[in-house]
Amino acid sequence: MTVLKAPAPGGTSRAGQAAKLAVLLAFVLLFLIPVYVLVVTSFKPLNEADPSSAWSLPKHWSVSGWTTAWNDLRAGLANSVKIAVTGSIISAVLGSLNGYVLSKWRFPGADAVFTAFLFGMFIPYQAVMIPLAGLLTDIELSGTIRGLIIAHVVYGIPICTLIFRNYYVTIPEELIEAARVDGAGMLRTYWSVILPVSGPAFAVTLIWQFTSMWNDFLFAVFLGAPDSWPVTVMLNNTAGSGAVAVQYNVQMASALLASLPTLLVYLLLGRFFMRGLMAGALKG
Amino acid sequence: MKTEDEKTTGRLRRSRTWLPGLLLISPSIIAIGLFVYGLIFWNTRVALSGKHDEVSEYGFDKGKNFVDLWDQPSWPGAVENALLFTVVFVGGALLLGAFLAFLMDKGIRGEAAFRTIYLFPMAVSFIATGVVWRWLMNPAPPERAVGLNQLFDKLSLDALANNWWQNQDWGMAAMALPAIWQMSGYVMALYLAGFRGVPEDLREAARVDGASEWQVYRYVVFPQLRPVTLSALIILGHISLKVFDLIMAIAGKQIITYVPAVAAYVEIFDRHDPANGATIATYMLVAVAVLVIPYLVWSVRTERTR
Repeated sequence: MTVLKAPAPGGTSRAGQAAKLAVLLAFVLLFLIPVYVLVVTSFKPLNEADPSSAWSLPKHWSVSGWTTAWNDLRAGLANSVKIAVTGSIISAVLGSLNGYVLSKWRFPGADAVFTAFLFGMFIPYQAVMIPLAGLLTDIELSGTIRGLIIAHVVYGIPICTLIFRNYYVTIPEELIEAARVDGAGMLRTYWSVILPVSGPAFAVTLIWQFTSMWNDFLFAVFLGAPDSWPVTVMLNNTAGSGAVAVQYNVQMASALLASLPTLLVYLLLGRFFMRGLMAGALKG
Repeated sequence: MKTEDEKTTGRLRRSRTWLPGLLLISPSIIAIGLFVYGLIFWNTRVALSGKHDEVSEYGFDKGKNFVDLWDQPSWPGAVENALLFTVVFVGGALLLGAFLAFLMDKGIRGEAAFRTIYLFPMAVSFIATGVVWRWLMNPAPPERAVGLNQLFDKLSLDALANNWWQNQDWGMAAMALPAIWQMSGYVMALYLAGFRGVPEDLREAARVDGASEWQVYRYVVFPQLRPVTLSALIILGHISLKVFDLIMAIAGKQIITYVPAVAAYVEIFDRHDPANGATIATYMLVAVAVLVIPYLVWSVRTERTR
């Protein structure tokens, strides 16, 4: 992203720089407090994992919390992988085709359709949940992974279309015209001109959709069933239950385990993640 | 320069070529039409019906639910909670994000690392971070203080210790803290892009005119950031009106932190009252629509004329 290049540092003193750095570092510490507590607690043995000793390092490092968490969440993790991987791939394909049409193959009323799509990005999903649950029951997909994927894909259409459309409008019109002059139709042009340069937009969309599907709780809790619950619901069930003795080390390890896939994606492919965020702001 | 003739043939050719595009996008149009607009319509019907249990007929009760809801003991509180949460969360995330971006605007050593750290909470779900925030914001009394209160105690900042989200009056302000933590990095990224989008020539011109560095910001840079602020307000605002995961993860369905999204969930799942659930959902939809539709129309229109 070229816009993120810093302007030449003009007129800032060395002391000013140091002060800024100090403030930024202080905020880094604040931002990492929850991570510190999560990590140290997750590596404590059960008898050490107590809120009263949240701030101290483990006396004995232990992975028992992690192994228990893994066993508790394995089924949920598998469901999350199925939902998020399949769902994000379908989303990206749909988004690419829609974005192509709305940027390069526009039809009368395309702006109205685009605006109508975008509104779907902002609606509170509670406003469709009751009839949606009924609809999925009618087509016998209630409580299934496929049902969840359908919901995610459909309500993901707006953001995916937006990302691809905004990416494709930057492709010069001449390229499309040239393909047309050569006699290529819509699909042929897509295949030979648009798709080969779509890599970055696919990366942004896949990452964005994967992250939001993985982190989803609302759809899962309304439309899922014990068999199809993703890791977020499983985590909330173990964490939220007023069990007699809460195993805090397991809880913290579970929270970390449930977050690892999206955190890894973010750390490895952060710049694509960032672009997805910007697309969400429409005019980024 | 095209001649009139070329323009006419161009228009003709275009009119023949838009149909395949419409066909290609039509599955998505149908899906959005059905799943977004069709289901919203259906949900509104449920809200306008008298279906307060799972067996009775739909019927039509002339919007009685929308009025009666305010007589429910938990509902006005839920609305107040959502408003307080929104003010603190939107204000806090906006100020913190803008401040961080301001500090990083001119480039700072390790900028990429700072950005990565401020933004990472965005990649994680509220459900996961709620586990640890519930610990941190534990309201246990001083003698057995835990979490942040214990940290304040150790740092001799006892005055800061409080009962967090379990405070009768200001609990929702505490509930906004994890949300600020989660979203301020995003606001920072938006503002940073905004700052960097202000042409260096403009800043330089102001400096040549004798403006101090602060005046450059005050009179040149900040006015250019209004669209960014608007975007951030809309994004944060609609997230805030819908807040659900965070509350469920930290407090569950407790009345003290009741918000509309949780109320809708309780009506549907625990009280088995589709009509009330749909009514609450409709109120949420209206709140979001009032916020978002003018912005969307304005966005798409200004982009076209650009």
